Amino acid sequence: MNIWIAIGVTVVGCYLVKLAGLLVPVGALERPLVKRMAALLPVALLAALTAQQAFADGRVLQLDAKAAGLAAAAVALLMRAPFLVVIAAAVVVTAGVRALTG
Amino acid sequence: MVRDALGVGVAVGLSGFAFGVTSAGSGLTVLQTCALSLLVFTGASQFALVGALAGGGNPFTAAAGAFFLGVRNAFYGLRLSQLLALPRAVRPFAAHWVIDETTAVSLAQPTRRSARIGFTVTGLSLYLLWNLTTLLGALGAEAIGDTDVWGLDAAGPAVFLALLAPMLRTTTERAVAAIAVVAGLGLLPVLPAGVPVLVAALAAPVVLYVEGRRSAAKRVTEAGADDDAPPNEAQNARPDEAQKGDR
Repeated sequence: MNIWIAIGVTVVGCYLVKLAGLLVPVGALERPLVKRMAALLPVALLAALTAQQAFADGRVLQLDAKAAGLAAAAVALLMRAPFLVVIAAAVVVTAGVRALTG
Repeated sequence: MVRDALGVGVAVGLSGFAFGVTSAGSGLTVLQTCALSLLVFTGASQFALVGALAGGGNPFTAAAGAFFLGVRNAFYGLRLSQLLALPRAVRPFAAHWVIDETTAVSLAQPTRRSARIGFTVTGLSLYLLWNLTTLLGALGAEAIGDTDVWGLDAAGPAVFLALLAPMLRTTTERAVAAIAVVAGLGLLPVLPAGVPVLVAALAAPVVLYVEGRRSAAKRVTEAGADDDAPPNEAQNARPDEAQKGDR
């Protein structure tokens, strides 16, 4: 049930912000500070989420094969690999390290 | 142009597979996973939500993280409403397709007509593929059983990193990211699940505030032009006042 509540709230919230952009008058969101905030908010959220999902299991910090996978993804990104190659690198390296150490 | 739009649609649509797998691996049912892709249809928010739910967060903190990631779509909508000049009756339907990729393709077009075609083709191909591959990923994950053995739990953070990397252009973005990582990990053991991400999001206003103070101090000494300042306004006083007012 909790999962459906979370889905419902996310569906409504995400749709309304999309719609808001199309409906609000141009001046409302065009202030420099608001734009800067909108650009930086995803940076903070994505950075925190990346770190948590790679270096934690629930609420416990841990270093496991996923860290190696994320490092592989980072290398792929530095080499300007396509999106899917980046994801594949993370998955393959994580599975490989797990198979070798598990 | 149509081939460009289709290319973007196909490439990103396939990553829906990664979402389906991640979501099913996080304990959501196939129906719940597909509902997210059909009705939310903004990838980063979906990944964030299933990640937060897997971590045991309460539904509202989990949804809050997803919501804040979706806020950027409002700014895409703003650009698109000027560019596409959609009739009011069409906007509630078009809104569902206002995401990173449709915006990128539309903004790259030279004319309004080609922007509209780009938006529609990208939106439609992405929507169909994203949902189809989500379903396949979720079914596949159920068939596999333990997705961790295949390293598929690394897909989520890798997607986030791939979305984040192009944003880290200047010191400001890197500072925000660094503070968010430290806060997100450091607070994880002490705050309820889902809350540390929201606290980490405060890195954005904190860094903006520090940056504002610095450029204000600089402006007092050199009183020069600033690229954030509106070109036809009194440049020395106004940006500082505007920033205080916003806070």
